[in-house]
Amino acid sequence: MSERTAPALDTVKRAEGTPEERQPYAELGMKRDEYDRVREILGRRPTSSELAIYSVMWSEHCSYKSSKVHLRQFGTKAPKSEALLVGMGENAGVVDVGDGWAATFKIESHNHPSYVEPHQGAATGVGGIVRDIMSMGARPVAVMDALRFGGADQADTRRVLPGVVEGISHYGNCLGLPNIGGEVVFDPCYIGNPLVNALCVGLLRKDQIKLATAPGPGNKVVLFGALTGPDGIGGASVLASATFEDESQAKRPSVQVGDPFMEKLLIECCLELYQADVVVGIQDLGAAGVSCATTELAAKGTGGMDVQLDLVPLRDPSLRPEEILMSESQERMMAVVTPDDIDAFMAICAKWDIPATVIGEVTDSGRLVMTWYGETIVDIPPGTAADEGPVYERPFAEPAGQAALNAASATELPRPEDLRATLLQLLGSPNLASKEWVTSQYDRYVRGNTVLAQPADAGVLRISEAMPGAEETTRGIALATDGNGRYARLDPYAGAQLALSEAYRNVAVTGATPLAVTNCLNFGSPEDPEVMWQFAEAVRGLADACKALGVPVTGGNVSFYNQTGSTAIHPTPVVGVLGVIDDVAKRVRSGFTGEGDRVVLLGETREELGGSEWAHVAHGHLGGLPPAADLEAERALALVLTEAASRGLLTGSHDLSDGGLAIALAEACLARGVGCTVSLPGDDAFVDLFSESSARALVTVAPESFDAFAELCGAHEVPCYGLGTTGGVSLTVEDVLEIPVAELREVHTGTLPAIFG
Amino acid sequence: MSAARVGVVTFPGTLDDQDAARAVRYAGGEAVPLWHADPDLKGVDAVFLPGGFSYGDYLRCGAISRFAPLMEELIPAAKAGLPVLGTCNGFQILCEAHLLPGALMRNAGLHYVCRDQGIRVESTATPWTSDFAEGQELVLPIKHGEGRYVADEATLSALEASGRVVFRYSGGNPNGSLNDIAGICNEAGNIVGLMPHPEHALEDLTGAPSTDGRGFFTSILKKLVNA
Repeated sequence: MSERTAPALDTVKRAEGTPEERQPYAELGMKRDEYDRVREILGRRPTSSELAIYSVMWSEHCSYKSSKVHLRQFGTKAPKSEALLVGMGENAGVVDVGDGWAATFKIESHNHPSYVEPHQGAATGVGGIVRDIMSMGARPVAVMDALRFGGADQADTRRVLPGVVEGISHYGNCLGLPNIGGEVVFDPCYIGNPLVNALCVGLLRKDQIKLATAPGPGNKVVLFGALTGPDGIGGASVLASATFEDESQAKRPSVQVGDPFMEKLLIECCLELYQADVVVGIQDLGAAGVSCATTELAAKGTGGMDVQLDLVPLRDPSLRPEEILMSESQERMMAVVTPDDIDAFMAICAKWDIPATVIGEVTDSGRLVMTWYGETIVDIPPGTAADEGPVYERPFAEPAGQAALNAASATELPRPEDLRATLLQLLGSPNLASKEWVTSQYDRYVRGNTVLAQPADAGVLRISEAMPGAEETTRGIALATDGNGRYARLDPYAGAQLALSEAYRNVAVTGATPLAVTNCLNFGSPEDPEVMWQFAEAVRGLADACKALGVPVTGGNVSFYNQTGSTAIHPTPVVGVLGVIDDVAKRVRSGFTGEGDRVVLLGETREELGGSEWAHVAHGHLGGLPPAADLEAERALALVLTEAASRGLLTGSHDLSDGGLAIALAEACLARGVGCTVSLPGDDAFVDLFSESSARALVTVAPESFDAFAELCGAHEVPCYGLGTTGGVSLTVEDVLEIPVAELREVHTGTLPAIFG
Repeated sequence: MSAARVGVVTFPGTLDDQDAARAVRYAGGEAVPLWHADPDLKGVDAVFLPGGFSYGDYLRCGAISRFAPLMEELIPAAKAGLPVLGTCNGFQILCEAHLLPGALMRNAGLHYVCRDQGIRVESTATPWTSDFAEGQELVLPIKHGEGRYVADEATLSALEASGRVVFRYSGGNPNGSLNDIAGICNEAGNIVGLMPHPEHALEDLTGAPSTDGRGFFTSILKKLVNA
């Protein structure tokens, strides 16, 4: 091992004197014109520290440079919503949930790190999104995860899945946040690019929202939480090395390592800081670490900030300023505090054993100035890094094979004779099988406010006991995430709308009214026009659907470059919907809850098998068109479900989605081991059972409530079919099939343990 | 008459303290927060050590917590008869502090397990279980990665012979605990530790699909009020 040679400190003064010095902008992922633009902004070449800041802040991940022009639709098409308190552009959106309370929620990807190092990649994904929620002034109250893996039988899935689940389990459980829902989906398209999308929801008083801003010259800038180490700095090492060929830094980890214990302390510490009202502005340190926090805080505040970078407390004292600026060490936050409050701030940090250091001060200079042992190494207008990154209108074009794909309809596929065997085949297939192997590794009970959790359609939490001072409210919040990559592959516009429709419906079946949306848009490379077309179509579809359903997008995240070589994943927009239920005690439980209830199918069933679970499992087929997204029908269905719940008409409910009515019936039986006897409404049993038409739900109604319920459906023009009655020990579809619930259970629960141990 | 006061201990990394305090409150008692760094039991009548990952549990679970300043007060008080209940991490801490024998090891399946678990009450001769019937079957959540109870043979025999196995898993052993042990007590019976979480089984609306956890808190409060 060779000794590290400390490169000369690249000061602003030195940069002025050495305009021709070669700089590794390309190694840092910057294009020549982007580098030239930095030179133009500064009127000189950037110092290596400045280059570090611009390179990370202008990266795709931080600047949304390829997606921005499309994402604007979420704003321009946003429906009017009185519930929206904070929209896109902050760390997370905030929604009014009534009685003086607000909820903040967001979903974010941690896909690439989870492939490289599944455990830490997934763990730090949870940690990052939780800090986003904390930085809004909220107490995080629950998490959920939308996961996509390669085929369940593919070797690498057995490496990635257990690691990801263990990472989420360990980090989330140690943090004391209940994991109340999410998804686990398998498809070979994700084999080299698993998707780990983590969602967190928090609660706060609606008049106590915190923002990422640094106003007030003279206010102190405090870095608190974990020490800064060489985590996730990837490209920064080329800047900190004496030469570009110096390999001494090459073995540094590019995946961050999480410390959930520190994060738990950080949560309690932040809440106490908010309680004491000693925080003017706050920002979590995520991607791009100190670079991002300082530039964004300064840009949104008075406009200037002086930082003594050498004061940043380090885990590795050999770190160079460029590395400190790019380090993605976890469990760190940055706050702006008035000089009067700084002692109180420090005392609270000390109580929680949280290291806290004043590293700078807010100024009105309009410049972000950083020094390193007295020498100026950064002097930039912060907005140019935070907000004025490059914007690309990347070319897009419908994929060459799209028309052929859409022409390969699933209606021509051979239909099964034995529908009993088909139901069992689907129920035991990895995507529809019980996910208990995964979810039993998550604590769903901690904090004692979990009303519904997986495998319920949506997670539901009560508010009254979750927050001090909330005792009077009867309200609860509901959350669901959904996404179907196969639908989006067939039609990204409809696929995104169907993802929203399903999450919206899943919230409504619990009795909650859907209010707002977060999304995680997982796609291949934006430099591929065909991928860009998928992205543009999906965003357009989602924005249109949000408008139609009256639920605004409050924030989210874009993950590009989910591809191996030239093969991209299915376009996978994952959509999270937050809803509110006025009286959480009236929540509707998932599935059959007792004997003798009427089983009712809501919504219209058409022959829609394109992209269906049946086509996938029985034929390995993907072609044709996905089910039609019928947003008007979704809206009417949700109105029926929420009104019926508030009037106490429903004894149970379940949405219809993957696998259609057949799987919904099976899952409803499995929920509590209650069987049913039903007959099918249409004349084609196969289509009735396995079509995946949207805007449908299965509910149960006490016999004496049936007439009132049918009348409600009529008023909203929602088709309503009485199928039969709950009870017995079998799922019986008259003249078609009969399966004991015990057999359903064996098939449903056996699959994942058989694969993953 | 003032309500019985039950202390709820918070270590850094304790997670179920809010649930524990709620359980005490629902049963009619006063929950008194006790802070790990403050060696003061505040005159409480009983103590609840809730679950979590105290100090991150990066060493053996509970190995650091037992040295907390508060424990310097709690250990002698418990030995002198103060009723103490430890659940999950609290049970682990009681074992590390040698207030209860044996140890909790990594689950046999090597995974963290969260599920609604059948539990059989084996002893009602403790202040925390007197409201149950012997042999009563409960459903309580378990949620732990290190809950496999182990002890040497002599200790196990002594526990069994003296009726100090307070709870046993029924309907399947979730973690490989010896003799299906889910919870035990000390010789005097005032100190009880168990892996399941009664504080998550209090209400129909939330938590586990049972309200079987209430019995723990009604037991201790009756005991304290009648004392």
